[in-house]
Amino acid sequence: MKRIYVNEKWCLGCHLCEYYCAFANSGESDMAVALRDVKINPRIRIEERNGVSFAVGCRHCEEPLCVKSCITGALSIHDGVIQVDQDKCVGCYTCIMACPYGAVMPSDDGSVIQKCELCLNNSTGSPACVKGCPNQAIVFEER
Amino acid sequence: MDIVIIGNSAAAVGCIEGIRQSDKESSITVISKEPYPTYSRPLISYLLYGKTTEQGMLYRPESFYRDNHVTFMAGKTVKAIHKDEKNVLLEDGSLIKYDKLLIATGSTPFIPPIQGLDTVPYQSTFLSLDDAKFIQAAVTPETRVLIMGAGLIGLKCAEGIQRLVKSITVVDLADRILPSILDEQGSDLVKAHIEEHGITFILSDSVTRFEENRAYLSSGRAVDFDLLVIAVGVRPNVELAKDIGIHVGRGIQVDADGRTSQPDIYAAGDCTESFDITSGERRVLALLPAAYMQGESAGIHMVGGEKPYDKAIPMNAIGFFGLHMITAGSYDGESYIESGTGTYKRLVTKDGLLKGYILIGDVARAGIYTAMIRNQVPLDTVDFDLLREKPQLMAFSRKDREEMLGREPK
Repeated sequence: MKRIYVNEKWCLGCHLCEYYCAFANSGESDMAVALRDVKINPRIRIEERNGVSFAVGCRHCEEPLCVKSCITGALSIHDGVIQVDQDKCVGCYTCIMACPYGAVMPSDDGSVIQKCELCLNNSTGSPACVKGCPNQAIVFEER
Repeated sequence: MDIVIIGNSAAAVGCIEGIRQSDKESSITVISKEPYPTYSRPLISYLLYGKTTEQGMLYRPESFYRDNHVTFMAGKTVKAIHKDEKNVLLEDGSLIKYDKLLIATGSTPFIPPIQGLDTVPYQSTFLSLDDAKFIQAAVTPETRVLIMGAGLIGLKCAEGIQRLVKSITVVDLADRILPSILDEQGSDLVKAHIEEHGITFILSDSVTRFEENRAYLSSGRAVDFDLLVIAVGVRPNVELAKDIGIHVGRGIQVDADGRTSQPDIYAAGDCTESFDITSGERRVLALLPAAYMQGESAGIHMVGGEKPYDKAIPMNAIGFFGLHMITAGSYDGESYIESGTGTYKRLVTKDGLLKGYILIGDVARAGIYTAMIRNQVPLDTVDFDLLREKPQLMAFSRKDREEMLGREPK
């Protein structure tokens, strides 16, 4: 299946992926409105240090430890995409304990978790981080 | 093939989903003592707290049994396993035949033999939906609650009912709270936070006798209460297995494939003991994620697949009144400790491996640590100074990161 892959050597560390992610999941139609005065809480995160940078988001594992560990059944797999039902989630953070990539994080108020759903559950329809990356350091493809 | 599962929680669901990954033909029968479709047991405190509903507690959608072609026998108790005839006897006298059997009978709260316990008018354990329903119906804004046990179950109960009752007192023989997952410093931090929410702890003390609504403690103190919750621990339900000579230690003994010492009989979940790779000891882990994965492994092996469950480690993610903590592994080794206001971090290393950790307050990306423990990642292949700072993939080599982020994941 198509997944997001990271080409570390092309990453500029510009953090645009984080902003596009936050915008895509904001429900707003205007990026400036969505992000003005907001401390963003994106589902893809840049790690950077000493000139090295790369993006980390959900890998949509074949054997997802987050889904297997979820105590509520809020995390489930739909056609290979790992999705969270935030109405069912109680914010126990067992998935944060389980994810080997550190790619599951609390929502803004911490009461539930959030994660990358490949923009299938927002109006973008395909990963906004990939579309917004200026240097193809994040790609959406079959490998 | 006819597969029978005794039990209906996470291990049973894992087994069903493990079987159906490859086998759509075998018949599966689930025999459940409780009358409910599979629900998440740890959510009973969230139900009392008002964060979920009985509907929201369903561990799988209502169509789960139908979708997986499972015959669900609710409210039925198994009396005996006949290993030679290969059937199970129910209390109503009926016999269910099996080719492969999974014992996923869970655990039962331990009730300490305390003088006068039978005179306490309102008392409950805290493990099942019925327990939660009983407590929900029993409490009023005037209720004084006494909880025996400052472990995970007792304290989740306290959090769940705190806003519904007048007072909560927690008594425990141990000198600190959550001793199974926290060290002293961590316990102190969490205890202070819980106390801020009006909960009173009486530690290093125990109830010696009850007289109706009064508990007499070994220190000489007496505590008056209206509702007693007993949460001093659980015992694995091993009797069915023991009766037919299956090897039982603290829990039912199984191999990495989920097999017991009897052919065609598997076991998974809280009724079993697992080999903890961090301590090198066999332990009853009694964790929902472990139960699911052990059950899944058993299911896969029942139908001829291969997926050993051989990376068991203790791990817990839990929170009280907004303070989150995640812990994993064992704490025997060299420690790195950092503490701040409302936060605590302890990383334990031994033999060149990360063996355990405690994170309180800031738990972000804890799974990176968990994976290092589970996969026994040699510390000389990572930048441990960076990992001390926080869990991050930057600490791994570029080549390892290429594997993690640039290849199709497992």
